[in-house]
Amino acid sequence: MKPVDQIQNEIISEFAVLDGDMEMTVFYIMELGQKLPVMNEVDKTDDNIVKGCQSKVWLTARLENGNVYFEADSNTAITKGLVSLLIRIFNHQTPEAILNADLYFMNKIGMERFIGTQRSNGFAAMIKQMKLYALAFKTKKELAGE
Amino acid sequence: MSTLAATGIKIDQIRAQFPVLHQLVNGKPLIYLDNAATNQKPKRVIEALARYYEKDNANIHRGIHTLAERATKAYEETRHVMQRFIHAKHVEEIIFTRGVTESINLVAATYGRKFLNAGDEVILSGLEHHSNIVPWQMICEEKGAHLKVIPVTEVGEIDLKAYRTLLSSKTRIVAVNHASNSLGTINPIKEIIDLAHQRQAVVLIDGAQASAHLPIDVQELDCDFYCISSHKMYGPTGTGILYGKKELLEEMPPYMGGGEMIKEVTFAKTTYNELPYKFEAGTPNIADVIALKEAVSFIEELGKEQIAAYELELLKYAAQRLSAIKGVRLVGTAPEKVSVQSFIVDGIHPFDIGQMLDARGIAVRTGHHCTQPLMDRFGIEGTVRASFSVYNTKAEIDSLAEGVERTINFMR
Repeated sequence: MKPVDQIQNEIISEFAVLDGDMEMTVFYIMELGQKLPVMNEVDKTDDNIVKGCQSKVWLTARLENGNVYFEADSNTAITKGLVSLLIRIFNHQTPEAILNADLYFMNKIGMERFIGTQRSNGFAAMIKQMKLYALAFKTKKELAGE
Repeated sequence: MSTLAATGIKIDQIRAQFPVLHQLVNGKPLIYLDNAATNQKPKRVIEALARYYEKDNANIHRGIHTLAERATKAYEETRHVMQRFIHAKHVEEIIFTRGVTESINLVAATYGRKFLNAGDEVILSGLEHHSNIVPWQMICEEKGAHLKVIPVTEVGEIDLKAYRTLLSSKTRIVAVNHASNSLGTINPIKEIIDLAHQRQAVVLIDGAQASAHLPIDVQELDCDFYCISSHKMYGPTGTGILYGKKELLEEMPPYMGGGEMIKEVTFAKTTYNELPYKFEAGTPNIADVIALKEAVSFIEELGKEQIAAYELELLKYAAQRLSAIKGVRLVGTAPEKVSVQSFIVDGIHPFDIGQMLDARGIAVRTGHHCTQPLMDRFGIEGTVRASFSVYNTKAEIDSLAEGVERTINFMR
């Protein structure tokens, strides 16, 4: 799997092509969301809703062969696109890599400018939830190892 | 070029008075269609605010120096202007508040607390904004009174037949809006008031969406309370009025304690000031109240009827343009409406439409518009709401329709 920063840099260059055109950027994010693998309807429970998001975002995670895999969906296309960026970065990574990840791509692509403060807070909540999953998996692994 | 019918005033001339409209948002000329949330301010309002702070700033009423005198005079002038604006009988029936929300809370917490008893009923409509629901819920809970809700019909009107059956000898208060913020429906408040009075209930009208569009004559309406927010009528944020019939206001206990609202204070007992000061504790929002006068002048110089006629033209055009788009469904289609058009698009969340429109410099509101029970009534999470003021144009509505169409085409 590519390291976290390599994927972040790829995202930054992809967004650079859009040249700050707001409409193209929003279309692009929605398009990314449309490509996100479909989440199982039974996983869309209240327990799996990420708290702190304006839109509804469902997130699940599982650990397979030491790597974390996330699935997500949202009731809005734009949010689905945003969460797909995080999934692209974090899927197949180890819990440690997720916990240690320093996400800088949002600033580089000027995310706050096109999603606003409220959505930026929601985005931060998604990251927090993903890191919490990673922490849980790491702790579980460590306990099992002892 | 559009003009304001009988006045011959060009819309461009009106737009020129609104500095905020002349800017690019996301590289596109701003199209501001979120007027039901707050509308923009003409230069004269902005200048009045600056002038007050530059020349006249002083605390009002108790000072004997020149600036205090000037500030007091200007502040009280707005009270007279607002009295005239809603045709109140007495100037002391105009209480300055922070806006409609505070006005309703004031009535619920004073009139409600004094006159509601266990088992009494308060009637609201299903069209109400949360600010005309929650204060009543709070006081009803405290007093053991009950809320009754007038249902809303499919087109978004209050069901008057149901209202008649809800009214009873237990009804103490009826609180409804003059016009709905989510759907734009204009409610038959005269009839609602008369029917409530037959049962000796008092009526509060939430005029937030009416003040800039509809004629208001509180004496003719015979309403007991009427609430207005300045910022929805081209005035500054953070101020508004509560109109109350003098005899009711006099019977009500004060809302907040503090300076200004007292006559005499000793540690043993305080006597309260006269109306309207009894309800204006503390230093009020002097600057914004003073500038509100300019907003009223702006409306009156153009003529509220002329403004309403032009906005209605915009509304009809928007309804026609939007409903012609495949997949768009209008929400709120009552025949009598102010210039608010809510709509939903099959399979596309309102937030996504709003985000796409913003990318094109178009400001609309998305979500439940603080009317969750109303959204539940229609079985939807929210809508996209476009609302129009006198400075909007048909060309802007064309851009709105194009933006919506483009989003739909992309998402399909």
